[in-house]
Amino acid sequence: MMRLEPRTDPSNIMIGLTPILAVLATMIFGGLLFVFLGKNPFDAIRMIFWDPLLGEHAFYYRGQILVKAAPLIMIALGLSFGFRAGIWNIGAEGQFIMGAVIGGATGLALYPMDSFIVFPLMILMGSIGGLLWGLIPAYLKIKFNANEILVSLMLVYVAFNFLVGMVTGPLRNPDGFNFPESRSFQDFPSAHNPELWSGTGIHWGVLVTLGIVIMAYIAITRHIFGFNVRLAGQAPRAAKFAGVNPNKMIAICLGLSGALAGMAGLFELTGPAGKLTTTFPVGYGFTAIIVAFLGRLHPIGILFAGLLLAVTYVGGDIIQSQLSLPKASIQVFQGMLLFFLLAVDILVNFKIRIGKRITK
Amino acid sequence: MTLIRLDNLTKAYPGVIANDDISFEVDKGEIHALLGENGAGKSTLVKMIYGLVQPDFGMMRLEGKGFTPTEPRTARLAGIAMVFQHFSLFEALSVTENIALGMENPPSLIILSDKIRKVSSKYGLSLDPKRLVGDLSVGERQRVEIIRCLLQDPKLLIMDEPTSVLTPQEVETLFLTLRRLRDEGTSILYISHKLEEIKVLCERATILRRGKVIGTCVPKNETAKSMAEMMVGSKLKSPKKSKANFGMPVLEVDELTLKSLDPFGTSLKNVSFNLRSGEVMGVAGVAGNGQDELMFALSGETLTDKNSIKLENEFIGQSNPVQRRLLGLLTAPEERLGHAAAPEMTLAENTLLTGFQRQKLGRRGFLNKSGAIAFAEKIVQKFDVRTPSVRNGAKSLSGGNLQKFVIGREILQSPRVFVVNQPTWGVDAAAAAFIRQALLELAEGGAGVLVISQDLDELMEISDSFMVLSEGKVSKPRPAKGITIEEIGLMMGGTEIA
Repeated sequence: MMRLEPRTDPSNIMIGLTPILAVLATMIFGGLLFVFLGKNPFDAIRMIFWDPLLGEHAFYYRGQILVKAAPLIMIALGLSFGFRAGIWNIGAEGQFIMGAVIGGATGLALYPMDSFIVFPLMILMGSIGGLLWGLIPAYLKIKFNANEILVSLMLVYVAFNFLVGMVTGPLRNPDGFNFPESRSFQDFPSAHNPELWSGTGIHWGVLVTLGIVIMAYIAITRHIFGFNVRLAGQAPRAAKFAGVNPNKMIAICLGLSGALAGMAGLFELTGPAGKLTTTFPVGYGFTAIIVAFLGRLHPIGILFAGLLLAVTYVGGDIIQSQLSLPKASIQVFQGMLLFFLLAVDILVNFKIRIGKRITK
Repeated sequence: MTLIRLDNLTKAYPGVIANDDISFEVDKGEIHALLGENGAGKSTLVKMIYGLVQPDFGMMRLEGKGFTPTEPRTARLAGIAMVFQHFSLFEALSVTENIALGMENPPSLIILSDKIRKVSSKYGLSLDPKRLVGDLSVGERQRVEIIRCLLQDPKLLIMDEPTSVLTPQEVETLFLTLRRLRDEGTSILYISHKLEEIKVLCERATILRRGKVIGTCVPKNETAKSMAEMMVGSKLKSPKKSKANFGMPVLEVDELTLKSLDPFGTSLKNVSFNLRSGEVMGVAGVAGNGQDELMFALSGETLTDKNSIKLENEFIGQSNPVQRRLLGLLTAPEERLGHAAAPEMTLAENTLLTGFQRQKLGRRGFLNKSGAIAFAEKIVQKFDVRTPSVRNGAKSLSGGNLQKFVIGREILQSPRVFVVNQPTWGVDAAAAAFIRQALLELAEGGAGVLVISQDLDELMEISDSFMVLSEGKVSKPRPAKGITIEEIGLMMGGTEIA
């Protein structure tokens, strides 16, 4: 029989190397996947990791990387606090959608008002939309001890259907020939989130994300809030002894991650996406879970992990168009990344023993 | 005649030699004590005999034949049985079911219950096989473990700190059982640091210090003090109590009633007492009689009726732990790792648990890291905590050192009232003496000190007044002077609850 035995003293070097080993293992097994699909694995890997950054058309792709990295990082930062405290928000995708719908609806209600207040108000409403959506699992957990993993995940589907209802109903573009989509924010300057410098991909969301990376870093390393989050995750009873109210912690962590996901949704809607459609959610909320863990729940790590995942997104588009691989293949690839990260993690912290169990 | 003989047993772990060249033997039909401070290597040694750990070097002989158990099962088959300090029982199952779970080929439950009844009456261990373990007292749970061992007809029974959880009367019953076993020819290896018990029970004692055998003695011919000094390797000072000088009540608990959150916990019923400034009050009682609940109610981890707890002039029943600390009520729970301290965090970070607000280790929520390091260094220095640095993780400290750190962290914040649960549990003799002295000095400085403990000797040594917590109710506090262990034992049994 095979079993896992905790290592008494896991190597710090190995802990640091874990993300890199996971990426390497993903490249190897992802390469095998591409071989089975009848493609040259070296071409595919090059197109995923090299071309977006340093290839011939990288000048275009680099902007795309920032556009895709910003929401991933923003959502992952929010999730990381809860994950550290042992509160598992799996429904960031739903909070992302609700942020976009509520914030977007606020803007659409004010159309065509010409005022500098419209966009900040939309950001605020988008965050509140995500916050409230995140507080539903928090309330149910505090009140009825309902598992937040299940509740937050199920609310993703509720949010998606709410989105569909909105774009086919109240939020449908009155001048849009009955297409199930909202008015485009590009035609509404007060609510538009444009590319600030042409060709860079940088929009307001990217700048705000950078600011939040710094704030999250300060919170987790220098503030009592970050300290309490770590304490609650590592030693829940010690946290209670220190005076941390576990229910408050649940509400704050789920609310915070919801608000950041909602804000990311609003930036995505008013910028890169442009309008609410039924294809608006592309899975940032789920991929952000991978980003949070790949970044070891640390703000700086999440920054790099978000960029890496964004590279695989852009690289995934490249292999789709150039090698005509299915979209699912890059999703499998991203999934492998999380799988190998967790696997390497286990092997760093445990050793495998083969043989009979010693009974006590 | 020798039953088991150990020759030059050596076991090293990274950075420490747990057992260094250990040799001694246990005779047939002998109660042999294994004495030593925490960390002296007693646990490693018995784990080798029980097959949980294999020696690096040296050999064992059981009845003259080589004995190298590779797992507990082989040790059990050879006739070795062990009762651990921490029981492995399922609360939701009955006594019989628990015992059947630990057997290789359990007979049917009816036959087994019958056997259990026979063994329990033969050795004076009264126990109903049908009862749920969750409803048993700690002493009765220990009986389950002992009967589980006796069903194997062991040649050698190893007992690890068996009396630390028992009332004096239960200790008496246990000793009768052990003596009966000895008279039938069973050998007993008895691990303890309670020297008075060893004097009355054991024929011989082997003393370990820092992994080595220091010597063997006949406990009857020694004094508790001389044996303690052999264990520690230096002269011991017992704590000094100055003349009691009580002031106004600092903590008043009035009709405190609290339902336990734990299904197998004990609810508090109408607990009332006053703790005066300068007073050390001992709360005796067997674990599981409401100690944890009382601790939670006082620390603020469980909130109670607002008026049932009064600290100086404030009713604090509805105040959270942080508010209580700011008012001057500090606490130190029993479990050091995971409750009083976060294992993965450094000592400096661990000062923030209780010191952040009262010790002002931050401003507007931002951590003052250098302040935390300085406070941790002050604790390490004043309370003689042995650690390479305050940047070491709490879990890297030995039990005694971490306990000194936890107690020091609270005492150096000058509490008005200090509540501590099991201040010297699992702590070596020198550290225990140090901690008791610190508690006495704190009271001398005018604070009220409430000590919840199962160690009666400790309570007798430091308390000014004394009460018993039993089944969630407290007895009337009475002056500690002149009270005898027998009287306390009767109070603990619940017969004298006012």
